[in-house]
Amino acid sequence: MAKRSIEPLLWLLFSAGGVVAALLVPILALLLGVAFPLGWLAAPSYEHLLGVLRHPLTRVVLFVFCMLSLFHGAHRFRYTLYDGLQIKHLNEVINVLCYGGAIAGSVWAAYVLFRLT
Amino acid sequence: MADRITMRVARYRPEDESGATVHEYEVPCPKEWVVLDGLNYIKDRLDGSLSYRWSCRMGICGSCGMTVNGEPKLTCETFLSDYGDGPVRVEPLRNFPVIRDLVVEIGDFMRKLVRVKPWIVRPNEKPLSEGEYRQTPEEMDEYKQFSMCINCMLCYSACPIYGLDPAFIGPAAIALAQRYNLDSRDEGNEERLDILSEHEGIWGCTFVGECTEVCPKDVDPAGAIQRYKLTAALEGLKSFVMPRSAR
Amino acid sequence: MNEHPAYTPYHPRWLRSRPSTYWWLKRRAYLAFITRELSSIFIAWFIVYLLLLIRAVSQSDASYRQFLAWSRHPLVLLLNVVTLFFVVFHAVTWFNLAPKAMVVRMGGKRVPASLISASNYLAWAGATALVLWLLLGG
Repeated sequence: MAKRSIEPLLWLLFSAGGVVAALLVPILALLLGVAFPLGWLAAPSYEHLLGVLRHPLTRVVLFVFCMLSLFHGAHRFRYTLYDGLQIKHLNEVINVLCYGGAIAGSVWAAYVLFRLT
Repeated sequence: MADRITMRVARYRPEDESGATVHEYEVPCPKEWVVLDGLNYIKDRLDGSLSYRWSCRMGICGSCGMTVNGEPKLTCETFLSDYGDGPVRVEPLRNFPVIRDLVVEIGDFMRKLVRVKPWIVRPNEKPLSEGEYRQTPEEMDEYKQFSMCINCMLCYSACPIYGLDPAFIGPAAIALAQRYNLDSRDEGNEERLDILSEHEGIWGCTFVGECTEVCPKDVDPAGAIQRYKLTAALEGLKSFVMPRSAR
Repeated sequence: MNEHPAYTPYHPRWLRSRPSTYWWLKRRAYLAFITRELSSIFIAWFIVYLLLLIRAVSQSDASYRQFLAWSRHPLVLLLNVVTLFFVVFHAVTWFNLAPKAMVVRMGGKRVPASLISASNYLAWAGATALVLWLLLGG
């Protein structure tokens, strides 16, 4: 019976987050971060966006997407700090900062998304 | 094509306080010579004090791994002519302590290898009278690639994670554990899971992928590790969700 | 030989070198690896940016316009262009590497990695089309 460790669960979250981030973030970043601000494409109207966001399915999907992407980023960044800066001995602080940040972000995402009702 | 090439070989004598130095030697460079031939020429004719490991000179024993021009290579499989006019820099295998000249201390890997139990684990062996354990070609294909490992440790040399944290169990050990996990005759998955799912087991790996790049036998340790991460993660999930039945 | 040897005249000192802080600059593959790992920061930034946008939309038309104006600020734009590069790099490396973790069998034969990668890219195209339709269409 394997020792109960949370690492496998964190890795599964990381993998799920990696998949959703890889599928959705590039086009969203292109549109929302570059194409609309630069005027390459007309930004959607306020009414249109509100309409898309109002739908409960959109908000649930967005929440899961944000939460998984944040965990993906947190997990990867944690290991980048271990390996890139060689500060593995500070692992408790790093874990709290990374996963704590992801949790805080997810809570904020829930607040932003679900108070629309 | 020059007929002589310069080899810059790292030297280290523990009794000298100066640490590692570099000596230059000029060796002949016939078309078919490999780096190992150059080293043997140096030892036979130029400087008998050079120390290094080698054995089969045909890429199967795994003894002659060294860092050649910054890359981990088997010196018996690396042609001098690939380096043009040279010079060819030969250093000991990176990420291992150096005992002397090009000889590195490999005890760490040896201990890790034993820990993953690279042998068929069966709680109950069949009696001899019942004959052999049979295996179909498809069953053998499952693990055959991972059985090609010659324990040359080039993967450990290429792995930056191992370089940063020698406690990391490392690519070859995990690949060899997988070779037995995937073997239909083996029943030791659970035992190996305990060892491999420690923090310095598979979870230390961040899939850099260099281990697979340098492997001379196409074992693909990176692939073995990622597959095992999935297996171990699903096992871990099962034990979270159904702790009693996973026992 | 044990792990913590006592060096004696008959067991001389081994040479151990500590990895440099800049180990990741020493080989091209390591640099590519660290770039890939740093994409994590930009993924996190993008989620923050997205949530800021959603918050603006949920407040009022005026705050949405204000957000759009802010997104045109040169520094914000620069950050988002850099973000775009890193997130695309993440996606490409992810789809190319993901097949290694899964051995998929169909009809007894192992599906080649290139096919799994191709299906990942197809899914990417599908997700992209969906987002485009949601934001620009209808």
